[in-house]
Amino acid sequence: MLSIWLNVVVQGVLTGLLYGLMALGLSAIFGVVRLVNFAHGEFAVVAMYAAFVLFRAWGVDPLWSMLPIAAVFFVVGFALQRTLINAFVGRPDYQQFILLVGVAIVLVNGLLIVFGPDAQPANLPYAFDSYLVGPLIIDKVRVYAAVAALAVCAALFGFFRFTRTGTAIRACADNLVGAAVVGLDVRRLYAVTFGIGLACVGAAGALMVTIADPVPGLGPAYTLLAFTIVIIGGLGSMAGALVAGLLIGVSEAVAGFLIAPSMKSMFSFALLIAVLVLRPQGLLGKKPA
Amino acid sequence: MISLWRDMNRRGQVVLVVAVLAMLLAPVVATRYLLSVLTLILYFVYVGQAWNLMMGYAGQLSLGHALYVGLGGYVAAGLWVHFGIGPWLGVIPAVAIAAAFGAFIGWLAFRFGIEGVYFSLLTIAFAEFTRIGFDHIGPLGGAGGLFIPYQESRLGEWWNLRGGQLFFYYLAFVLAGAAVLLTAWLARSRLGHQWMAIREDETAARALGIDVFRAKMKAVLISSAMTAVGGVFYAFYYNNLFPAQVFEMSRSIELILGPIVGGLGTVFGPVIGAFVLTPLGELLIAVTDKAGLNAPGAKAIFFGLVLMIIIYLVPGGVWPWLSRRLGLVRRRS
Repeated sequence: MLSIWLNVVVQGVLTGLLYGLMALGLSAIFGVVRLVNFAHGEFAVVAMYAAFVLFRAWGVDPLWSMLPIAAVFFVVGFALQRTLINAFVGRPDYQQFILLVGVAIVLVNGLLIVFGPDAQPANLPYAFDSYLVGPLIIDKVRVYAAVAALAVCAALFGFFRFTRTGTAIRACADNLVGAAVVGLDVRRLYAVTFGIGLACVGAAGALMVTIADPVPGLGPAYTLLAFTIVIIGGLGSMAGALVAGLLIGVSEAVAGFLIAPSMKSMFSFALLIAVLVLRPQGLLGKKPA
Repeated sequence: MISLWRDMNRRGQVVLVVAVLAMLLAPVVATRYLLSVLTLILYFVYVGQAWNLMMGYAGQLSLGHALYVGLGGYVAAGLWVHFGIGPWLGVIPAVAIAAAFGAFIGWLAFRFGIEGVYFSLLTIAFAEFTRIGFDHIGPLGGAGGLFIPYQESRLGEWWNLRGGQLFFYYLAFVLAGAAVLLTAWLARSRLGHQWMAIREDETAARALGIDVFRAKMKAVLISSAMTAVGGVFYAFYYNNLFPAQVFEMSRSIELILGPIVGGLGTVFGPVIGAFVLTPLGELLIAVTDKAGLNAPGAKAIFFGLVLMIIIYLVPGGVWPWLSRRLGLVRRRS
């Protein structure tokens, strides 16, 4: 009995790492640019399809294709911020929201027209391989994806902690006026941040193909998931996004196992509501001054 | 309401009277299909207006209004299917339950200071939560949907909302008209001014002595109750309800498109928005059908683009701009 529970939890943790990576991108955008990226999950699904097509057409493993996909997403994000979204920084929340809902609708339905509404399995060659560790049976794909997600996260933490650009971006998040006063090019940094956010979601989406079949309808669900994770983890806290990603991954796995898979996201929403009410700054967020 | 009339100049008044007369007489010339499109437009005027009260006037961005549509529809339809209680009676518990949900969400949010984006996410979370819940309520059909059976003997029982297209058209007309009048009245009322003060600056509103919590609660209650009535209409017009369809986020978004495109916080914005968007959508479907394209997402992509363009260029909506251009409103001195 215990071994079943362990399996469920381990699976939740591995999935949660992917969720965490996806949410990390949103956390950067939401925390730095203060933009409500309501097309986040839709971008993840676009990345899923990109990885799917690369694999089907040329047999490129998603674990590798995530690099070029992330690079392309970075460029797209940079350009999008520079052209369309910059005009909306500082505009009321609802206007940003509506702009990005428009983007999300276009993305989802574009996918719908190109790929149709049905799930298309990628069928990776090692999809059914697993490691046996004592009583645990761990899917190989999930381990690979989780390790890749961890690597991307580590790279991101390093970037924000140790590089000049990363430090400058954190300065923008902490004190926008101060950042502008010391001469940081806030607009460019916003564009870089948005690019990084999308690169994260691109990498996460590509990895997601290993554990879920791409369907256009996943877009809104992933958007909600990402927001749920970011809010539970605490706005502006990157570690919080990861921790909350794990938490949601595990709670979904446990709820799916205990009650019914179709009811698993109810728990995420219940958790979100509880956090909003009881601890609005999130689990690891700083208390607002 | 009288002030609404007085605010318009002669030209505006003529346009309004002609438009209302045209809508009243439309069934004389309209085909069945056209009538169904007009009914849909009026439905969106109604629910859009309900949402507009909360967002446009009180400034609370709810992205989960599908929750109230669904609850209203399910309660009334459930009572009818299981207990034979007609919708005229069923609308009362339907409204009560939806308003109770609205009150709970509002209380949670306003009591615990959940604002802005967080409030919007809270409303989405509740709608999604309820959607998944309804997937598992057996007596209401679960994920398989709740159907109002077709009974030949009941046809024409308009008091049980078993009328035909013509009946639903006029019902929608009455609902939409009432919603517009209510909005016009509220906008000029003490409460309406409190809402607008809160929308512009909540701290300042509080400093003026406005009971912010009370005013916002009233906004949620009125809006959710009104939306639930729309849900009852929806249920008995379409005769079927699926959790995945009525509670979904895209439904909440569909409902707010009209007011946003038309103009938030204006009396006629939701009306113009619905009259512009719904026919455009229908036209697009007709055109893609004619061209032999089977592109189910084309209409949605078009709406997405319209949304982006409108919010980029005229974030205030079409109506304020249009009414100025056509000279329909009296200029404020």
